[in-house]
Amino acid sequence: MRAMPADLPIRFEDVSISAGAVTVLDRLSLAILPGAPTVLIGPNGSGKTTLLRVAMGLMRSSAGRVTWDGVADAPPFRRAIVFQRPVMLRRSVEANIRYALKAAHIAKDRHDARLAELLSLVGLDGMASRPARKLSGGEQQRLALARALARDPSVLFLDEPTASLDPASTKAIEDIIRAVATRGVKVVMATHDLGEARRLAGDIVFLHRGRIVETSDALAFFASPQTAEARTFLAGELLL
Amino acid sequence: MQSDTSALALILTADPTLLAIVRLSLIVSLSAVAVAALIGLPLGALIALTRFRGREGVVVLLNALMGLPPVVVGLAVYLLLSRSGPLGPLGLLFTPAAMIAAQTILVTPIIAALARQTIEDLWTEYHDELTAMNVGPLHRIATLIWDGRFSLIVALLAGFGRAAAEVGAIIIVGGNIDGFTRTMTTAIALETSKGDLPLAIGLGMVLIAIVVVINAAAWFLRRAGERLAR
Repeated sequence: MRAMPADLPIRFEDVSISAGAVTVLDRLSLAILPGAPTVLIGPNGSGKTTLLRVAMGLMRSSAGRVTWDGVADAPPFRRAIVFQRPVMLRRSVEANIRYALKAAHIAKDRHDARLAELLSLVGLDGMASRPARKLSGGEQQRLALARALARDPSVLFLDEPTASLDPASTKAIEDIIRAVATRGVKVVMATHDLGEARRLAGDIVFLHRGRIVETSDALAFFASPQTAEARTFLAGELLL
Repeated sequence: MQSDTSALALILTADPTLLAIVRLSLIVSLSAVAVAALIGLPLGALIALTRFRGREGVVVLLNALMGLPPVVVGLAVYLLLSRSGPLGPLGLLFTPAAMIAAQTILVTPIIAALARQTIEDLWTEYHDELTAMNVGPLHRIATLIWDGRFSLIVALLAGFGRAAAEVGAIIIVGGNIDGFTRTMTTAIALETSKGDLPLAIGLGMVLIAIVVVINAAAWFLRRAGERLAR
């Protein structure tokens, strides 16, 4: 188990993001703390992906402030993200992971051991020499996870990691997420899949129209949502 | 018909004159492509990855320079290297070095413009991943050039095609001196005007064969590489 992870807590203080006339995040305040996975849920366009990108440091806020362990503009040394459609570098599975190890400045004499460990963790051992772009969607997601974990992150952001995957691939990804969380990595994940949120979440952040409508412990959220929007969303009705 | 037979005979008997011309042509064109690649690939990458005022104008200019008229380039290089020109003291006019310089000027915009497009497209695709991995600027350029290598080979081939087929610039700055600056294209022009068709046809056949062989080799290399890397 890792000690108090670096980069945490991540604090959003009145953060807004605007794209032209559209407000994507609206005066959002949130603290992401060490612990069980935090899952972001909400309808399309609610700001989940944008929130992840800002938390990763890939986007700057139009207003407000984001800090990582109290530091603004902290470079992403201990943060990693897996995008909804991860891009595979045009090289083998092994070379993709080695690239991430090198980019993370992991000592070269540790590369072989880390490579074997990561391939085993994501279940891609035996596929090291396969061209990454010829893997199936689920395998590519697992490779993207391995590449993210190669950075030895304290916080791992996942944007809809099982979207469009079959149940077997979804289970494989969820098992990896659980294993990673057990090792002390803080997982922050966006998903559309309420079942997945129930299975993985320690706490829930429910977003609608760029605002946080409700944050709560996952069990409490699913048992008794406090807002009308959350109740509507959980009932499977359209939230306008 | 007789000319064709004589041309084939020159090739099959490895005629020394023909071989010397072919050898010099390859040295000049391959050297020009190599120098142009050293300039054009990083230049293309730099323009692809940076944003600055007037960038669109630079891209349009670079694309336009792909169509540089060879005779105009030849004239400009001639003026630079002529005895009264700024580089006259170097004594390079009517040497293979002058021909390499002229062809480099013609080929560099082609390689730079095609590399810029290739790397910019790849950067659009890789931007988020490389940024998330905190990859530094030089490592980014190296990554994009390496991962775009099969497309960049096409840029080099386009440059080689331009150099190998070009006659206007090198005839001005090389002077078409027998045994010293005579290449396949300048020799074809000269021998045709003299009515010595066998040598002109023989050189033409060799020139086309070289272009076809190099393109075929690059195509197979690309296919093999794609099978391994994609």
